[in-house]
Amino acid sequence: MSDDLSKPFTKSSMSEEEIMKINKERKIQVTSFAFMIFLTILAFIAVATETIEVGFAIPFILLLAVVQFFLQMYYFMHLKDKDHGWPNAFIISGVVLSTPALIALILLLGVTKY
Amino acid sequence: MATATATKDKSVLWDWLTTVDHKKLAVLYLIAGTLFFVKAGMMALFMRIQLMSAENDFLTGQTFNELITMHGTIMLFLAATPLIFAFMNFVIPLQIGARDVAFPFVNALGFWIFFFGGLLLSVSWFFGGGPDAGWTAYVPLSSGEYADLGLDFYVLGLQVSGIGTLVSAINFIVTIINMRAPGMTMMRMPLFCWTGLVVSILIVFAFTPLAAGLALLMLDRIFGGQFFIPDMGGNAVLWQHIFWIFGHPEVYILVLPAFGIISEVIPAFSRKRLFGYTAMVFATLVIAFLGFMVWVHHMFTVGLGPITNSVFAIATMGIAVPTGIKIFNWLFTMWGGKITFNTAMLCASSFVPTFVLGGVTGVMLAMVPVDYLYHDTYFVVAHFHYIIIGGIVLGLLAGTYYWYPKMFGHKLNEKLGILMFWLFYIGFHMTFFIQHILGLIGMPRRVYTYLEGQGMETMNLVSSIGSFVMGAAILVLVINVVYSAFNSERITVNDPWDARTLEWSTPTPIPEYNFAQTPQVRSLDPWFYEKVHGDGTMKPAEPMTDIHMPNGSILPFVIGLGLFTWGFGMVMMNMENTIVPPFLVIGTGVILTFGSMLIRSIKEDHGYHIPLEQVKKIEKEVS
Repeated sequence: MSDDLSKPFTKSSMSEEEIMKINKERKIQVTSFAFMIFLTILAFIAVATETIEVGFAIPFILLLAVVQFFLQMYYFMHLKDKDHGWPNAFIISGVVLSTPALIALILLLGVTKY
Repeated sequence: MATATATKDKSVLWDWLTTVDHKKLAVLYLIAGTLFFVKAGMMALFMRIQLMSAENDFLTGQTFNELITMHGTIMLFLAATPLIFAFMNFVIPLQIGARDVAFPFVNALGFWIFFFGGLLLSVSWFFGGGPDAGWTAYVPLSSGEYADLGLDFYVLGLQVSGIGTLVSAINFIVTIINMRAPGMTMMRMPLFCWTGLVVSILIVFAFTPLAAGLALLMLDRIFGGQFFIPDMGGNAVLWQHIFWIFGHPEVYILVLPAFGIISEVIPAFSRKRLFGYTAMVFATLVIAFLGFMVWVHHMFTVGLGPITNSVFAIATMGIAVPTGIKIFNWLFTMWGGKITFNTAMLCASSFVPTFVLGGVTGVMLAMVPVDYLYHDTYFVVAHFHYIIIGGIVLGLLAGTYYWYPKMFGHKLNEKLGILMFWLFYIGFHMTFFIQHILGLIGMPRRVYTYLEGQGMETMNLVSSIGSFVMGAAILVLVINVVYSAFNSERITVNDPWDARTLEWSTPTPIPEYNFAQTPQVRSLDPWFYEKVHGDGTMKPAEPMTDIHMPNGSILPFVIGLGLFTWGFGMVMMNMENTIVPPFLVIGTGVILTFGSMLIRSIKEDHGYHIPLEQVKKIEKEVS
């Protein structure tokens, strides 16, 4: 029984439907990847070219960051997938637990240094 | 423990070094944890001898500092954590009806890495003394400027043993989520499994900040970094934040499994189901969540400002609510039950009032204005020892007496057990209750001596006598273990306590594969359900077939040894006059570690099968 496990498979065991699904998934991944690159370039331009004033540029790139964060989470970390409840629960609780810690550290660290 | 096929032709030592069986690893954890516990307990006794009278010179201040640091560090990281992992390892797969944990190899890896990390911390005694900056290792006290080589051992020892703990925790999360028997839904899991799951999640989220903090401290100390050095633009308070973001959840990491053990023992010996099971589960989750939101209450006197302090004070008080839910649920479980007061139940039931005492002082400490008075006094010491000993140690003792027959095939002697309990209970309260008052009259913690005529002599003497009584109790426990091993009656029944959960449906001694057929779970407390509504045996959920088992492996041991060598090499970079150059030692460690990983990756290992006839033979033997 366990002897066959090391042998490579000659043919994929996936059905037509599954292969189609995977291809579609690949398309979505590439699209969102391109979109994320675009957002990064946008953020870079906003800061580097100085065409936009600073008061607007900071909230703008922060907004882009938030969008990127959700794209990353939903499309690359598969939060959107069905039957993905446990990983979702862990990722979300990680975000929920680390956000206050990060905010608190950013706000508190300047106050007292030693 | 019954041994089948593959382990029979191994020598005993080789078998234990290479084992990936969760039951054997549990015993290894138990032994290692007990050794560290006894070691740290001896340190506590030395400290109590030193504090027995005013201006005593039994120990020097330096030795005393090393002892408080090692006592705290060992007790939390190397005694309480492995003892909890011992029970989690042994009980959780049995309680959820699994043959083993999800990754048996990783389980062994976790143990050996933890063990070698602890060893690395402990060898500091032979290289100029242990770490001496307290278990919290606050900078600048722990920076290269003030602390010696001992602290390098602290940083690297904890880093290594932390990896082990993290690895085991991930393994338990996967096990509990994926390996439950058919019918064992999340809300049918015994509470010990629930707390085991929550604790594993806490470890994943809390030990990672610790690893990061230790890495930064290591960079500061060994590679001339300046993260925590204010003169160079660093920030000393950052360490306190990082440490307590880890440190506060750590308290819950230790106490939640104790809650779980109590929630198993009390229903079993009250002959009632656990009162408010759902509320217990949610209370556990809420405690875990709030545990991450309160770390600043360790830092009230740092000067973060009144608003910050108030927010964290209120969050801290909030934890009292789910904890109160738990306390009342235990009380209501005992209410009207047919209670058997054996040692396990004595420990479990006395846990409740003791833990309430510790909890109440916790809420007192959460009030910022008065915390300025309590801070760094013996009041704090008394508070957390009520939580740790009154909570965790009593829970662990209860678990020891409760699961001992399943683990070792015989009960511990009850007479000696009850003697141990009363010695321990009286000694504990004698040692620590009086420390509340010592703190209130102003005795600071972490001092190695105090002056005459300040009204502290008598109370310190009482406290020291109490600690000797507690030490005697542990001695009685050790005697009990040895005595029972020779004289106690062997257990042949499955279920010596007439208990409720799935682990008691397995034969004693447990065969290597736990369940010949995965059981079908039909209710909460499945074993009790089958005894009352069924025919007293678990319904099988699968036909009897060959059983697939993992092969043992020496690689976890070698990886642990590799990390030990690597860590030791890093410490050597701060040593003067090393015989071999540090880089050679680091290189050896790296090669051992990654070489073993490489071997593990490229060598195919699909385990082996216990053939059906053999399973049938073993089943006949044990039943």
